Amino acid sequence: MEFTRRDTLALGLGAAALAVLPISAYATTEAATLAFTGGADVAEGGVDLTAPEIAENGNTVPVSVAAPGAVAIMILATGNPDPNVVTFNFGALSASTAASTRIRLAGTQDVVAIAKMADGSFTKASKQVKVTIGGCGG
Amino acid sequence: MISRRDFLQVSMAASALVGASGFGNWGRLAAQQKLTQDQLLDFDTYGNVSLIHVTDIHGQLKPIHFREPSVNLGVGDAKGQMPHITGADFRKAYGIADGSPSAYALTYDDFSALAQGYGRVGGLDRMATVINSIRASRPDALLLDGGDTWHGSYTCYHTEGQDMVNVMNTLKPDAMTFHWEFTLGGDRVREIVQDLPFVALGQNVFDAEWDEPAEDFAPYKMFERGGVKIAVIGQAFPYMPIANPRWMFPEYSFGIRDENMQAMVDEVRGKGAELVVCLSHNGFDVDKKMAGRVTGLDVILSGHTHDALPEPVVVGDTIIIASGSNGKFVSRVDLDVRDGRMMGFRHKLIPVFSDVIEPDAEVTAVIDAQRAPYMDQLSEVIGQTDGLLYRRGNFNGTWDDLICDALISEREADISMSPGVRWGPSVLPGADITREDIFNVTSMTYGKAYRSEMTGEFIQVILEDVADNLFNTDPYYQQGGDMVRIGGMGYKIDVSKPQGERITEMTLLKTGELIDASKTYIVAGWASVNEGTEGPQIWDVVEDYIRKEGTVKVSENNSVKVVGT
Repeated sequence: MEFTRRDTLALGLGAAALAVLPISAYATTEAATLAFTGGADVAEGGVDLTAPEIAENGNTVPVSVAAPGAVAIMILATGNPDPNVVTFNFGALSASTAASTRIRLAGTQDVVAIAKMADGSFTKASKQVKVTIGGCGG
Repeated sequence: MISRRDFLQVSMAASALVGASGFGNWGRLAAQQKLTQDQLLDFDTYGNVSLIHVTDIHGQLKPIHFREPSVNLGVGDAKGQMPHITGADFRKAYGIADGSPSAYALTYDDFSALAQGYGRVGGLDRMATVINSIRASRPDALLLDGGDTWHGSYTCYHTEGQDMVNVMNTLKPDAMTFHWEFTLGGDRVREIVQDLPFVALGQNVFDAEWDEPAEDFAPYKMFERGGVKIAVIGQAFPYMPIANPRWMFPEYSFGIRDENMQAMVDEVRGKGAELVVCLSHNGFDVDKKMAGRVTGLDVILSGHTHDALPEPVVVGDTIIIASGSNGKFVSRVDLDVRDGRMMGFRHKLIPVFSDVIEPDAEVTAVIDAQRAPYMDQLSEVIGQTDGLLYRRGNFNGTWDDLICDALISEREADISMSPGVRWGPSVLPGADITREDIFNVTSMTYGKAYRSEMTGEFIQVILEDVADNLFNTDPYYQQGGDMVRIGGMGYKIDVSKPQGERITEMTLLKTGELIDASKTYIVAGWASVNEGTEGPQIWDVVEDYIRKEGTVKVSENNSVKVVGT
């Protein structure tokens, strides 16, 4: 339970940092979504998004996505200063439309995966990943 | 909570699920004020499979006193549900008579008085007698250890868990999963696990670098017992690197990973498992949620949150068994498994009344051999207490009040913090406090007592963060501990609010002034998860304080106002 200000900021946990980050984001989740979808409707489901409920280390959070039939999957960290994380593009010869990566999360936030399907439709999944101080488990 | 009548209404597959609890037997006997070993162990063997569950022993080799919590709030869907019911409401729910042995074992009221009559509970030599008695009626019963075994005492600390390993091995478990064990360090855990005469399980123990299942732990093991193919899948504590110091076992990653749990269930079913058991250290509410998300689990043997429930909680087709902590209980679950599925169960939460249950002499000898080199240290009397010292409760307990007082006094702090852990036996009013007692509530591998400066704002961030680990309405975001205990400061908490809005009215007790967000306060605490924490060991701080006090005075703690329950 001992946290210096420096440790806290390093972990991305500072109260001030936490409150300020989403507001100062220079690229919003909405803008990133719009750029990817071109304003098309985005349905729910059809994307498997696997991420921990509580990050073990906010600096490197494992995230996996899979969407059968997708041509591209975009991952957004909605609470980061820049929510854009990555867009995976899948060619016609892709063995599977799944990918894994690790992302840095500035604090507790929703991670969103949006899949572009072959027919041009879009679908998404969202999961809250908590970034916590921890340290008091029974 | 499910009533006995409800049990009969639960259907499973094509056949009715027949459930029964042996609990009523000793509840009735209690009224007659006579309790014998035969009565405690009485069980009408049922079906073709028996499971024996022990969990969260926390290093307690010898009989102890252990007071259950008076405050154990549930939020969201868990509000008012088992195990979030205490005291008279708990007794009413299960038909337990006031003052009965079951009231003493399962609830908190009149604890000190009842303890005089009913004595201590637990002790691994008594547990051995219970286990042997079950094996006498069902020789191939599976003994499953839910973890938090190699932690929590003077001898466990000084032998790095070896005392517990040596004694547990005499009980011959069939499988085990883990939590505090990892705080011995990754190398030490592997050193022990490599030589264990039983399997170390954890489907959610992953290699941190590759995010693949760790090779040192099996996800599951298949057994064949009573002609039944049984799969036991392990679930280690999911929030290991968050609730405990990640730097001690950086090679491992955990998490709930219920998608992998489902894959393991499917895999063992594919291998012909007729009964699938999850040996879990999730905590009760997490297990309840998992039971609703993962299909094909017949039994979850639940650990971590230290709940002791005399009847299983049923979620869909899954029964969840909660077996208490600190060696106080052994659960026996008999199952009827036919045609590839669980048709019914009979269950008994057996309280280990150590004055009633005869110790197993061989195990007593092994226990005493572990303790012999340390007896002088263990038994040294440091002081006395005028009231009951206990730990459990969502917000405070008298042991942590004492620890917080010691931190403020010995470390000259404004405010103190003690982690909301749920382990640690009680000490009765008027009793001596020995060094062993102090270690029982403080022993850990990262116990240094820090002293640092924190702003009022940051103290609030900590309280909000910990409160959300306990009162987030989604169990998957709960870590299973209690609220961080605070000395020198009061606050108000609305448990129904979201994170960031629960904590108000933070008040410095010595001045009565509200905490100033921008002002800096001296805070002393222990059990930091940060590497390189400096300070004396917490047990030395507490020992020094108790020596000065002589007799510790226990008073009621009204510094936390709780609303929104």
